[in-house]
Amino acid sequence: MNFNLTKEQIMLQQLYREFAEKEVKPLAEEIDEKEMFPIETVEKLVRYGFMGIPFPKTYGGAGGDAVAYTMAVEELSRVCATTGVIVSAHTSLGAVPIYEFGTEEQKQKYLVPLAKGEKLGAFGLTEANAGTDAAAQQTTAILEGDYYILNGSKIFITNAGYADTYIIMAMTDKSAGTRGISAFIVDAETEGFKIGKKEAKLGIKGSATCELIFENCKIPKENLLGKEGKGFGIAMKTLDGGRIGIAAQALGIAQGALDATVSYVKERKQFGKPISYFQNTQFQLADMATKIEAARLLVYKAAYKKDTNQPYSKDAAMAKLYASEVAMEITTKAVQLHGGYGYTREYAVERMMRDAKITEIYEGTSEVQKMVISADLLR
Amino acid sequence: MNIIVCIKQVPDTTEVKLDPKTGTLIRDGVPSIINPDDKSGLEAALKLKDDLGAHVTVLTMGPQQAEVALREALAMGADRAILLTDRAFAGADTWATSCTLAAAINKIDYDLIIAGRQAIDGDTAQVGPQIAEHLKLPQVSYVEGLKVEGSSLILKRVFEDRYHLVKVKTPCLITTLKEMNEPRYMSVGGIIDAYREKEIEVWNLKDIEVDHSNLGLKGSPTKVKKSFTKGVKTAGKLYEVGHKEAAKIIVEKLKEKYII
Repeated sequence: MNFNLTKEQIMLQQLYREFAEKEVKPLAEEIDEKEMFPIETVEKLVRYGFMGIPFPKTYGGAGGDAVAYTMAVEELSRVCATTGVIVSAHTSLGAVPIYEFGTEEQKQKYLVPLAKGEKLGAFGLTEANAGTDAAAQQTTAILEGDYYILNGSKIFITNAGYADTYIIMAMTDKSAGTRGISAFIVDAETEGFKIGKKEAKLGIKGSATCELIFENCKIPKENLLGKEGKGFGIAMKTLDGGRIGIAAQALGIAQGALDATVSYVKERKQFGKPISYFQNTQFQLADMATKIEAARLLVYKAAYKKDTNQPYSKDAAMAKLYASEVAMEITTKAVQLHGGYGYTREYAVERMMRDAKITEIYEGTSEVQKMVISADLLR
Repeated sequence: MNIIVCIKQVPDTTEVKLDPKTGTLIRDGVPSIINPDDKSGLEAALKLKDDLGAHVTVLTMGPQQAEVALREALAMGADRAILLTDRAFAGADTWATSCTLAAAINKIDYDLIIAGRQAIDGDTAQVGPQIAEHLKLPQVSYVEGLKVEGSSLILKRVFEDRYHLVKVKTPCLITTLKEMNEPRYMSVGGIIDAYREKEIEVWNLKDIEVDHSNLGLKGSPTKVKKSFTKGVKTAGKLYEVGHKEAAKIIVEKLKEKYII
């Protein structure tokens, strides 16, 4: 067993940190305040290869793996959770399904530009009445000649409006339940495809979260991803991988909150000395750091298992369940240790606490993660 | 165009502390970086690669761990990396260093050699110019701007209060300032290639032709007799005043000491 990062991973971490500190952190407050999608940051992420980390060079990627990708999402989220989720949704949800389930033609046409970052990816499963009960899909795709005709809508879609390529789940056979769900690659330019309402959110405000509307969208038959009726499995496997990305995002948020708190408690004086001199502060910090480290081990292990082709569904669920709950707990404690100042926009922990909450909800709520973990125990 | 960029791995002096007893740098636990002036030289070379398709070789002399600096250069986009390392090279001053680097450069094709102005752990600004002398090349130091014009370079050579525009024919050597540009980051794919696809060529004493009396500590005419931290002569004086008053006091004090 070896817990050390390789020389390559150490250098990647150095790049991620430097990039995050210099290019991402200075904008974090503004993109939150103005609910602004950070297009210029995304362009820089593209230039330095952040948008295709786990894909082979032959498909336009950086030639890395899930661990390298996980570390990137962690370091970006440490300074800005919005930037972290843009990369995570693009990579795990938009590009990975094409890499794992696409035909060679689909990979050439859609994965290569996504991995190069020339195009942005997104994923649509959730509907107004199909959240945790993802099988209750209402969107339909009916085969007519060489096209599937897509009708319906999706909600809460990350990167919506900015993405060029969407992976969309729809019912091709309503009578067949989950076996009637199929996955499609949908081009943003498709006629009848519209972006609906943009959500006003508690956190990750720079991330675009919108409704997708499909009105008689003609999807070429060759854009069916995998086989007809296999969409639910594709969605579930995609979310297994996506959970590692969100777990990494949660981990990064928690670490960022701890970093901010460690500097704050050394500066802030009460009763004539820095509050870091008080044992309550010290014990809180110790608990926070310990939980973050435990979360990190779970997250990296899940990514490692994915890289080494081991089953990782349970590991990803555990990583996401734990890391997201740790993120919520640590950011809440960070605000508490900042006192009144922590409740204001003057300090980053206020934003971090708002950003943390979503990690317990999207790409499977904590309750869904518990279903996945217990199903593995009880099977 | 073939470009050789000479780089040095140095401790990040923004994070380094001095041992008050010995006056030497405490290097333990201090991160190592590519010397900033050298990194800007590398960026200038990589820009020429982007624009003209230049081939960029990075060269460093140092211990085995200097390999990390070369990998970083590869990850930024350099094509080839050579590490000159041998116990015989150890303890070299600027003379021995430039003799060794010049001997290595003699074995590589080049049109342009770029060295950083000076290293932040020594500040001598001697190695680049000495290499040019050994190789009998024209040299332009303190370069902050560079344009290619046929087989010549138009260089902006910066002084404290003015600059010269110098035209020089290649092959030549230039030393660059960190103010010249903002070096690019490594890329994710570049790092992965630097570790998985590319190799660091390791050259030892036997790989270069050099007068052995010019090598390492023995070949170094410079002897450091003592280094120490400059002591504080008098206690400072603290004024708690507004900014206007503060500016006035500063000007007065500077005049008093004939500084302005």
